[in-house]
Amino acid sequence: MNALVADRFVADFERVKALLPGAYVPWLQLAREEAFTAFLDKGFPTLRDEDWKYTSVAPIEKSRFVLTPAAAKSCNDLGGVGTQALPGARLLVFIDGRHAPELSRLGALPAGVTVDSLAAMLEREPERLQAALACPAAGYASGFAALNAAFVSDGAYVHLAAGAELEEPLQLLFLATAANLATHSRNVVVAGAGSRVRIVEQHASLNAGAYFSNVVTDIEAGRGAAVEHHKLQQEGPQAFHIAAVNAALGGDASFASSSFAFGGALARTAINVGLNGAKAQCSLDGLTMTDGRQHVDHHTRIDHAQPQCSSREFYKGVLDGASRTVFNGKVIVRAGAQQSDALQTNRNLLLSDQAEADTKPQLEIWADDVKCGHGATVGQLDPDQIFYLRARGVDAAAARALLVFAFANEVVERIRWLPLRARLERLLRARLPHGAGALQ
Amino acid sequence: MASEALRLEELIDRGYQQGFYTALETDTVARGLDEDVVRLISAKKNEPEFMREWRLKAYRHWLTLAEPRWSSIVHPPIDYQAISYYSAPKSRKDGPQSLADVDPALLRTYEKLGVPLAERELLAGVAVDAVFDSVSVATTFKDKLAELGIIFCSFSEAVQEHPALVRQYLGSVVPYTDNYFATLNSAVFSDGSFCYIPPGVRCPMELSTYFRINAINTGQFERTLIIADKGAYVSYLEGCTAPMRDENQLHAAVVELIALEDAQIKYATVQNWYPGDKEGRGGIYNFVTKRGDCRGANSRISWTQVETGSAITWKYPSVILQGDNSVGEFRSVALTNNYQQADTGTKMIHLGRNTKSTIISKGIAAGHGRNAYRGLVKVAKNAANARNYTQCDSLLMGDRCAAHTFPYIEVKNATARVEHEASTSRIGEDQLFYCQSRGIGPEDAVSMIVNGFCKEVFKELPMEFAVEAQKLLGVSLEGSIG
Repeated sequence: MNALVADRFVADFERVKALLPGAYVPWLQLAREEAFTAFLDKGFPTLRDEDWKYTSVAPIEKSRFVLTPAAAKSCNDLGGVGTQALPGARLLVFIDGRHAPELSRLGALPAGVTVDSLAAMLEREPERLQAALACPAAGYASGFAALNAAFVSDGAYVHLAAGAELEEPLQLLFLATAANLATHSRNVVVAGAGSRVRIVEQHASLNAGAYFSNVVTDIEAGRGAAVEHHKLQQEGPQAFHIAAVNAALGGDASFASSSFAFGGALARTAINVGLNGAKAQCSLDGLTMTDGRQHVDHHTRIDHAQPQCSSREFYKGVLDGASRTVFNGKVIVRAGAQQSDALQTNRNLLLSDQAEADTKPQLEIWADDVKCGHGATVGQLDPDQIFYLRARGVDAAAARALLVFAFANEVVERIRWLPLRARLERLLRARLPHGAGALQ
Repeated sequence: MASEALRLEELIDRGYQQGFYTALETDTVARGLDEDVVRLISAKKNEPEFMREWRLKAYRHWLTLAEPRWSSIVHPPIDYQAISYYSAPKSRKDGPQSLADVDPALLRTYEKLGVPLAERELLAGVAVDAVFDSVSVATTFKDKLAELGIIFCSFSEAVQEHPALVRQYLGSVVPYTDNYFATLNSAVFSDGSFCYIPPGVRCPMELSTYFRINAINTGQFERTLIIADKGAYVSYLEGCTAPMRDENQLHAAVVELIALEDAQIKYATVQNWYPGDKEGRGGIYNFVTKRGDCRGANSRISWTQVETGSAITWKYPSVILQGDNSVGEFRSVALTNNYQQADTGTKMIHLGRNTKSTIISKGIAAGHGRNAYRGLVKVAKNAANARNYTQCDSLLMGDRCAAHTFPYIEVKNATARVEHEASTSRIGEDQLFYCQSRGIGPEDAVSMIVNGFCKEVFKELPMEFAVEAQKLLGVSLEGSIG
């Protein structure tokens, strides 16, 4: 990071640090300072960092974003919330990175379940967040994670006591309405032993132009807990989106994740899963659909730290225009993590000659009694299949659209919650190449 | 079963059988590296000016580089000043006129190894350009090959006899700026093999070289250059064993292959250098740069390797598919036992249209061995209809070993079809049970399963190599099943 950029961030930090939520909480002040120092130290990742080899964040570094205003924005319904709300879900809305209580619809929560905004929790019971907001033992994974920790302004706090269950899914809706804004959101999910929760994290834009959202979601699933996390990234076409989902699983816990990336000019989602207890299991699904000059990156890392865990990964990409997607999937099996079972699949469909797909599935295995595999493909629509459809009177464009839909829908079909699946199918149709009308 | 276990223990403890050391007078340059040493090597080899300048350019570039750190290999720092960069068997000085003039101790060494250097080469049907330490000692079958216009000689000889060819092709696939070890090699390489197959000629025999590392603390820097002109065909074998040694030895070879229009080069390696002892002491550090260039249309290059030796193997035989319709192949069996580390794989760079590549990698890790496949498949923007199939399988034996897979796939053309598959597992209990219930002992069953695991690679090896490879694998593997 050059000195000019660094100076800009130093000035920003000095200006807003007293205005950020929990500014008077001593341990948080300290944590923010520490994180900011770490950010200055690390800077923005470059192509020389193996983890960022295919994704240049220079455009983010070059842009001058305004930091989230500290005061909560009062807002009436912006029109977007109603259409984005998923039927039957409890809703927590964030406008430009700040909680909007008047737009949220949480309803009465069952016993043992706490859901609130992070900022409100920092006002009320900051000590419950101390562990979550402290610097991780291994340090920050990247400059972005450190930046998030230094400037974190809001996000969702979800806590389930042992055995508690949130029957209705929880939708976290992050809407961007203002251009040139940088938001650093943090979601903290703590699911006690045997608890169950289903979360949809959605990022969308209301014609916000260019902005930068930097999100970190930390999930802790206790023994036997079942957590679902679905991420819908529908940021605006000029937006920068950098996200991390960190899940730590206890014994017998299960974690089902899906990540749908449709929007953003430059977007990256890193999903890190630690299978830290025996017999924990996770499934990671993902779908990327890109067009124009979009650059969308998915990095996943599954760490089999204990024996008898299983992981499944299924990622697909559909690339059109001059877009570029990156998939990097790493599976680590630690020494002693015997009887680990890991399977990873990544398939990419190239629809245009200008598109580029980079994929890097990795296995790092330190135990012998394991069953691990991965497969990756890059290809295009099968001309035989198009011919088959055309021979049956389907025109070329519709045949293409149908095949693309079938390819992408394989990921959507894995969603068990029907309203979300229906929403995703709609989104999919809207993004299909010409001739999607034939599918109605 | 108890006696079975005992026998296995014996096999595990079995030392390196090819371990012997020939006491031989050598002409060795003092340790250390500077421009004078580079000039000295060049002068000793009576090289023309262009070679000397090329070496010096490489040396100066090397000074600006740092040792690569990206691989998963761990080793104590190498002191490049503690290595002697030139060592030639004394007998070379007087220039042996025939085999009779060659140092008998040297010949005995080859005999122990079974190198068909004397009359046996006729029976074996193999022409050997034997490299003992750094200078070629004898070349066989040369006259026979010369009739066909094939040049097969030591690199030093090629520099003297065919400087134009050397000048044209040297460094054209692996430039002296390529990477740390290749650059070092470019500066100090002592000898190696040179092969040129003229247009339309099909080389009638398998060409082969046996490499040996002998003198204490002498790094081995070989350089091989093979050119198959239009429509030519050649199959080249490289096999190695090395004497028992305590100190680590650095080996940084460079192999360049050039296939012009319609030409085909097959390059096979069996590498069985000293892997270090049971505790991981000693063993060869093998940092090799191998690359082939399918320069002409319809050309074909295939690499087949069986890597069972060396403490460290760092090696990525690659193919640049420049010519339209060219084909690149990479087949590898890499075995690591005790504390051996292997980081190996390939790069397939698709540049021409309708290019095809196949990668089959079989990694076997036992004991504390670490085995990594690292590969790149790149399809450039204009490489229409490129096709790649990759399969990387790892077999694990013992709970202390490690197997990693790091494939990189970069596709910039929508007509490309790239497939990558990888699996990691240990030998299935059910497979063993199946064999045992049919009366096959556990050891035979393991050997059978492992040979089946590697079959796809072995079947590409020339017969005599396939036999050697299976034997090598057998010894290391039987010992690691408990």
